[in-house]
Amino acid sequence: MIVYILCFILFLVGLYGIITRRNLIKIVISLSIMEFSVFLFLVLIGYIDSGVAPIVDPGNPTEKYVDPLPQAMVLTAIVIGLATTAMLLAIAIRLYRKYKTFDIREINNLRG
Amino acid sequence: MELTLSILIGFMIVGALFAIHAGDLLSAVITTGIVGYSLVIAFLLLKAPDLAIVQIVIETITLIIMVAVVLDSTREELKVKNDFKSYANILLSLIFSAVLLFFFLESISGLNLFGEHTLRMSEAYITEATEKTGSINLVTGVLFDFRGYDTLGEATILFAAALGVLTVLRIKSKK
Repeated sequence: MIVYILCFILFLVGLYGIITRRNLIKIVISLSIMEFSVFLFLVLIGYIDSGVAPIVDPGNPTEKYVDPLPQAMVLTAIVIGLATTAMLLAIAIRLYRKYKTFDIREINNLRG
Repeated sequence: MELTLSILIGFMIVGALFAIHAGDLLSAVITTGIVGYSLVIAFLLLKAPDLAIVQIVIETITLIIMVAVVLDSTREELKVKNDFKSYANILLSLIFSAVLLFFFLESISGLNLFGEHTLRMSEAYITEATEKTGSINLVTGVLFDFRGYDTLGEATILFAAALGVLTVLRIKSKK
């Protein structure tokens, strides 16, 4: 159980970063840290002790594989994570070119 | 196994904390790499080689994009004094964390212990996927055959994101 809790603490570290930081790049970094912790949590749930990787050896099939379903889902999620991070960074660089700062409070004040 | 993973995740937490508090944006970005590449090692330990391959590629691409963004703008971290609002934010995040941790502990009490997962619906995938899809890699079988539409949607999202990035970066500023 301790790994689940540590994994959730990693998630909370990301949440702390999102709430307390004022720099846009740091916020993007915190968001990707939260993403990583969720991927890790899903794969941790599917792990089975003394299981082997879900690749069937036709010569000698074993019965004990780790769960392939969370792995397939996380594979999709990782790629989508790249898409969202790229999009966020593109918007951040746009904002920097317009306002010459990454400070979200300053951007909020310069609105208009 | 559990001990090794705990040490690895602890390392990731330290890396994440350093990335959030780093005084320089470039070092913050590089430190994010610690978290991402530790995740690759964790996937390998958890018997997920496909995920490890994908993660190492994606992490490298993300790092390159982030370094490009930082070099194109500024690597100076903001010089801000802690005022009332920032202390309020820290307090707020601690309260959020405590509440979320409480509910998380409540909800994982129903889960099996680590490493004692019971297969329910994946049983069918494991026993039948090889003959139904012809792929010896079960993850690929699930991803490209049983859930092929998911993968199509994923490709659509990637395409939309690429279009979005191009559009956002090409707009001419009004000034």
